[in-house]
Amino acid sequence: MLLNASGCLDALTAPEVARSLDAFVTKTITPEPRGGNPPVRIAETEAGMLNAIGLANPGRERFLAETLPRLRGLAVPVWVSVGGFSAAEYAETCAALDGVAAIELNLSCPNVDEAPESAAAIVAACRAATTLPLYAKLSPAAWDIAEGARAVEAAGADGLSLVNTLRGLALDARTLRPTLARGTGGYSGPALKPVALAAVYACAEAVELPIVGMGGVRTGLDALELLAAGASAVALGTILFSDPSAPERIRSELAAEAAARGHSDPLEARGLAHSSLQMGVSHLGNGVQKVPGNGRKVTA
Amino acid sequence: MRRELCSVAGSEQLGPYTLLRVARGSLDPGEPGQFFMLEAPGRVLPRPMSVCLAPAGELGFLIDPVGPGTRALCALEAGDELHVLGPLGNGFDLAVERPLLVGGGIGIAPLPYLSRRLGGPPAILGFRSDWHAEAAALLPGAEVCIEPAYVTALLPDEPHDVLACGPEPMLAALRALVPEAQLAWEAPMACGYGACYGCAVEIEGELRRLCVEGPVLAARKELVAVSN
Repeated sequence: MLLNASGCLDALTAPEVARSLDAFVTKTITPEPRGGNPPVRIAETEAGMLNAIGLANPGRERFLAETLPRLRGLAVPVWVSVGGFSAAEYAETCAALDGVAAIELNLSCPNVDEAPESAAAIVAACRAATTLPLYAKLSPAAWDIAEGARAVEAAGADGLSLVNTLRGLALDARTLRPTLARGTGGYSGPALKPVALAAVYACAEAVELPIVGMGGVRTGLDALELLAAGASAVALGTILFSDPSAPERIRSELAAEAAARGHSDPLEARGLAHSSLQMGVSHLGNGVQKVPGNGRKVTA
Repeated sequence: MRRELCSVAGSEQLGPYTLLRVARGSLDPGEPGQFFMLEAPGRVLPRPMSVCLAPAGELGFLIDPVGPGTRALCALEAGDELHVLGPLGNGFDLAVERPLLVGGGIGIAPLPYLSRRLGGPPAILGFRSDWHAEAAALLPGAEVCIEPAYVTALLPDEPHDVLACGPEPMLAALRALVPEAQLAWEAPMACGYGACYGCAVEIEGELRRLCVEGPVLAARKELVAVSN
């Protein structure tokens, strides 16, 4: 139930880190190759970091021909993050994917122009193109993220990935000009944790879908809080940059934090932050795996 | 790569720079030109530092306190602990016949370790001021020039295998004069091991990760988009 956040790990350059996760999520794949934004592309801030990488990736064809076969060789379940600049582009990539554990639709990259269609329209197009589990990665910048969650659920999403980064700006202290060449970037790290908790909490109330929670997780307790807010899996992002051994540490901390509260399995803490419990299915691993619960919302 | 909690053995001032020495535990010092990510106290991200010295049981890093992370590292005292990850990246190719080391400013950082591994070849160092040039003590016998004099004016006429690290204008000037030189570049990076894609530079027409492809690159490779 520990994953990496898309774009925060390259399993081919750090296979041992990928193997310490329950599933590896790729950097977002677009139909055409992308070099990404010009440097400078990252900036540290007081309580997090900004990135404006710009979906650098080898493009769909090279990914399918070269990258994916090598990823399969790692013996870690692979989730493919899919991006695009129209619903048709997303759907074409989904249709071309086979034999992966899940697809995560990156519907919320703050560093590139968005597709003109709504998130729900993109999910609907992808739903028609694949039977693979579809996770919708939503932006925390929406005023009512639960409304977006309901819309993608109705469009056929199998799960939610919450949250992507928030748009932020850093200025160079000397020149007072933007540090990043693109200007703004996606804000991640410790400052994002309360934002992620709020999004997971709101969406867990609104929909029946399993949720991968992410945003500022540094410790096992952070992960446990996301489970309590309603997530059934947790992804690590910025922490991987400073500590590639974080998955192992957070996994053992999570077990200890759950045990200290009387839970032999951390998933028993799922939804505890709510007055009502909500359970669903998880697509971790190679197929559909039940997590505890009966699939219905239960009033406690 | 390994990540260990290391304790600070001590630190010394060399002009504006700090030579931070840490007990290396079971960390491999790596090859000259390779680097480590040093946990910067109180900061979100670690900082990349090339190995300056690798005496028995220690790793030495030469640090220029230019921002909050490097200032926090320079403030560390003997007995303080920090996480150290590495060695990372590709170092210098040591199979050279007539090595000549060239360094500028904080870019001299990888040269003392490189010099020891190559048996003390000739070296040319350039600095902004006499104060900055105090760091030349790390390379006894090196020729030193102070701005407005530049290292390129001190290059000998006879051919050498140039191994260099320094500010981008210096590396660009060297590349023009010595096309086959090995040059160590710098870019802002969050992770140092290929995960963040922050340190992208343009190499042979494509944006590549400097931490994976470098930081030492042969000069013939076109490197265009390094900034900062």
